[in-house]
Amino acid sequence: MRATLLVMAKDLRQRVRDRSLFLLALVVPFGLAAVFSLVFRGIDAQAAPTIALADRDGGPVVTAFAEQALRPLERGGVIRLRPVAEEREAREAVERGEADAAYVVPPGFSDAVTEGRPATLQIIGDSGQGAYIARAVAESFAAEVRYVQVTLAVVDGGTFEGATLVPRPVAVEELGAERRQLSLAEGFAAGMAVFFLFFTVQFGFSSVLDERRDGTLARLLAAPVPRTAIALAKLLTGVVAGVAATAVLMSASALLLGARWGHPLGVGLLVVAGVLAASGVMALVATVARTAEQAGNLQSVVAVLCGVLGGVFVPVQQLGGAFAALSLLTPHRWFLQGLADLHGEHAPAVAPGPTLALLAFAAVTTGVALLRVGRMLRP
Amino acid sequence: MAQDEILRCHELRKAFGDLVAVADVGFAIAAGETYGLLGPNGAGKTTTISMIAGILDRDGGEVLVCGRPHGPSSTWGKRRIGYVPQELALYPDLTARENLRFFARLHGLGRAEARRRIDEVLAVVGLTGRAEDAVKEFSGGMKRRLNLGVGLLHRPPLLILDEPTAGVDPQSRNAILESVAALAGEGTAILYTTHYMEEAERLCDRIGILDLGRIRAEGTRRELVALVGELDRITLTVEGPRVVPSLQALPEVRAATGHEGRVEVMVEDAGRALPRVLGAATDAGVTVRAVEVHEPNLESVFLHLTGKALRD
Ligand SMILES: Nc1ncnc2c1ncn2[C@@H]1O[C@H](COP(=O)(O)OP(=O)(O)O)[C@@H](O)[C@H]1O
Ligand SMILES: [Mg+2]
Repeated sequence: MRATLLVMAKDLRQRVRDRSLFLLALVVPFGLAAVFSLVFRGIDAQAAPTIALADRDGGPVVTAFAEQALRPLERGGVIRLRPVAEEREAREAVERGEADAAYVVPPGFSDAVTEGRPATLQIIGDSGQGAYIARAVAESFAAEVRYVQVTLAVVDGGTFEGATLVPRPVAVEELGAERRQLSLAEGFAAGMAVFFLFFTVQFGFSSVLDERRDGTLARLLAAPVPRTAIALAKLLTGVVAGVAATAVLMSASALLLGARWGHPLGVGLLVVAGVLAASGVMALVATVARTAEQAGNLQSVVAVLCGVLGGVFVPVQQLGGAFAALSLLTPHRWFLQGLADLHGEHAPAVAPGPTLALLAFAAVTTGVALLRVGRMLRP
Repeated sequence: MAQDEILRCHELRKAFGDLVAVADVGFAIAAGETYGLLGPNGAGKTTTISMIAGILDRDGGEVLVCGRPHGPSSTWGKRRIGYVPQELALYPDLTARENLRFFARLHGLGRAEARRRIDEVLAVVGLTGRAEDAVKEFSGGMKRRLNLGVGLLHRPPLLILDEPTAGVDPQSRNAILESVAALAGEGTAILYTTHYMEEAERLCDRIGILDLGRIRAEGTRRELVALVGELDRITLTVEGPRVVPSLQALPEVRAATGHEGRVEVMVEDAGRALPRVLGAATDAGVTVRAVEVHEPNLESVFLHLTGKALRD
């Protein structure tokens, strides 16, 4: 363990000296975060998303929703409202891309709300920005409707306790979209974080090959320390750099972009598991290579391939079923899934499924890499 | 095993695919002794000492360090070996002191001991004034000296040097050779590989001539020269009567020829024969103006043994 720490300290000192740690852990993440904020400001300035409204109810509550919630947003340039007659029409508009999301108000909606019965407002959309806005608007409207209901219940002679027991009258139901979602900016920032993570951890294990090229590996091997201590040190250096870089990127995106990442415990566990998985995958790839250059090339190919498959650039939901299934074979997918699970007001503190999946990735790939590391640890 | 035997290896073997780099190598080194592995590029010197240092898995053979079996996983043996690789093995972005500290600590030295040894080693290799400079700013010779210094930190009883003077300026080269001689004087056993015959002759007590992965001959310089039957030549510049017959009569002298005041005398050991040769000349009444001694070198031994030149 002492030897492992010594090698790690040396490696980190080297990375500080040649500025690569600084670059990987600070400049790249901050640069990315800055780019995101520019990109998303650009998107905001672009055409507002179109939201279709299929009002099959025609009652006063829907009119109020349209006039008091949606029209002001339209005037503010946040959305464009497109009334349609049928649910089918709304669905087709979304599918053809003419609308980014659609509200479907079922018949009897207004009656149910005014009578204090639960009512369902449907949203059709995907993971895009339009659906996100549509949902946010509907949720705040639902909260407002409930406030009105609560007041009525108290005025009618009920107790305050009774009022709080009134069921939430409008349930927002999304169709064809995931239950919890990251915003477009958050999704992109998370995607880039995990994408670049694979490049950050790379310099840990692969430095075995650098040291072989530079001749210093012979000295490490001649020292009275077990070979596994050297391999472990290299792995852990990558893990430290990866955790640092991801933490910086996620904090920066929270500060600069207003991203909200969920419970720190769950996010922290997820990040560590993700970094371990990334280190394991990259280490395994490195053991296949003969030279440092070859390893770098192979690792880049794998990192990009996994990134694309894992939904870093295009959300997995927009890819077909086969791709969605394949994406489960990438740590990227699980990392993004974990962040989505942790997202939102009522999200759990930890995301056990994705975290365990990432740890499994880490265990398998690191294990195989360590079995194969012998062929790298020669002068 | 002799009491002071530090290294013994025998039947070392290593192949890379079809290429047998080391076919059969064995030798022993005692404390204070400098053993030279002399051979051309590709002879198998680096492969041999990599197996001895325990950084390369061997295909066969045995290595004993201070009497104990040694191999890649033997930390006991590695604590007793100082290994200086042929290629510079330093971290260019770190300072000389940081490089030394890292390897000192890796070899198990405590903080205080490391600090003391680092200062001593810096003095030995003449880099005290440059300790805080990044190695990448060093000249080639300074890097070579530091490269050597790293191997000395833990005071190893066995020091393995792989061509430590390759491509070094004469000044640094001299400094390195002097440090090595001083270490041998303090009792360090030294395994020294080189393809420079002059270095082997100057530094090594015993030399193994390595070619194509085999030791072709081993011994002191004199033994090796005798092995191939080469003789020392003493050239006298003389004035006076004919001296050749009386020189030929000396038991040490194998042959003597004279021509216009120059007399060539062939002997087995010029050092021992010279006083007798000079005595005989004086007795014969000639004045000796100049003496030149030419000892056959390892170059000719190598040529004789392998049929090729040491350097091409
Ligand atoms: N890792 C290796 N893979 C393949 N061949 C090697 C390797 N190391 C050395 N060799 C070959 O083994 C032979 C001996 O090399 P080496 O021990 O480096 O010789 P020397 O140090 O005497 O110049 C050479 O022919 C060299 O090309
Ligand atoms: Mg060599």
